[in-house]
Amino acid sequence: MSNLPIPGLNVVNLAVARGDRTIFEGLGFAVAPGEILHIRGRNGAGKTSLLEVLCDLRAPAAGTVSGRPEPHQQHWIGHKNALNPALSPRENLAFWCALNGCQQPGLDAALQRVGVRALRHRPCGSLSTGQRRRAALARLCVAPRPWWYLDEPLAGLDSSGVELLAGLLAAHAAGGGAAVLTSHQALPDTLSGVRILELVP
Amino acid sequence: MIGPALAVFRRELLLAARRPAEWAQPLVFYGIVALLFPLGIEALNPALKVFAPAIVWVGALLAALLAVERMFRGDLEDGTLEQLLLADAPAPLLVAAKFAAHWLLTALPLVVAAPLLGAALGLEGLPLQVLTLSLLLGTPTLMFTGGFAAALIVGTQRAGILLPILVLPLMTPAVIFGGGAVRAAAAGLPYAAPLYFLGALLVLTVTVLPFAAAGALRNAVE
Repeated sequence: MSNLPIPGLNVVNLAVARGDRTIFEGLGFAVAPGEILHIRGRNGAGKTSLLEVLCDLRAPAAGTVSGRPEPHQQHWIGHKNALNPALSPRENLAFWCALNGCQQPGLDAALQRVGVRALRHRPCGSLSTGQRRRAALARLCVAPRPWWYLDEPLAGLDSSGVELLAGLLAAHAAGGGAAVLTSHQALPDTLSGVRILELVP
Repeated sequence: MIGPALAVFRRELLLAARRPAEWAQPLVFYGIVALLFPLGIEALNPALKVFAPAIVWVGALLAALLAVERMFRGDLEDGTLEQLLLADAPAPLLVAAKFAAHWLLTALPLVVAAPLLGAALGLEGLPLQVLTLSLLLGTPTLMFTGGFAAALIVGTQRAGILLPILVLPLMTPAVIFGGGAVRAAAAGLPYAAPLYFLGALLVLTVTVLPFAAAGALRNAVE
């Protein structure tokens, strides 16, 4: 994992709105390097919106987020996989690498790590939900970045996929990386030191 | 900074190679529209020659409109748009790369086909050359304007009618000056001024609209 020094994320008095409706306000928390923060809450509580604000895709309605990592220090894996259905997992990953200016020799190793190497030349449109999720997670392996934002990363994954992600997260946190993720499912027990943030309206 | 833009450009070419029907459609549409006119009027009617610049230009405009409609929709749906906006590269540059790739794939064939269609409509000699040159200068304006409008409406459901309403008034100057240059050349008048206007529009749209489109896309993701 990367040894880059990363700042701690500090959220103060944050309010998030969708359209003209405020979803939550007065939220404050901090995330330090080496931590995994699991955001929970009922449907519509604003988990995804909160993640979008943290990674700077959405502007907050009020409050501040300080200590945001630089774009090249963060991974964003939204609930959409960012895989073009006409392109294969390998082509999608190669595009992502070229877009972000990272080295490409690790492509096949990353796809191997997430278990879709055998499918790497098939169009993503023909893959199952879980296989596409794994192909999206390959981005975490191909470019080590100290800060991860994952929106429902477990969605569609089978039990071995969940174990795989838990392994990736554990190695990431042990290497001093931080992760903020949302999930309805509980994270596996093998993953220790997960802090939980409950979003209540 | 050029690397990420090049990546976007290459991806558009790759996608076009995967789905040849998608980028061939505007060209076929363009040819059919232009060639229906001689069938609708008599083929040897001299009026056809008078209308030829307008026919070719309006055909190009409609074909461009057809081409830009889905430019960002797929990227929004599959989440690629978020990755483009979060990439460590200026979003306007990536948007410009996408527009440029679309111009190369869908508009340049229109320019190449213009002499053929112009000749089929009775144009020849200098006016035909001016027509092709005017399209070469004008199609990037059509593509960038259309792409900007596509970025504006990408988050809107059922935006079918919105795109032409937004974009046609913005594209009108290109048609006026493009058609005007050919008319002037056919009448033996100086035709440089309308071409310079097309050039000015080209510079304006290519430099300004990627920024506006990037802003619109950021809005669509929110």
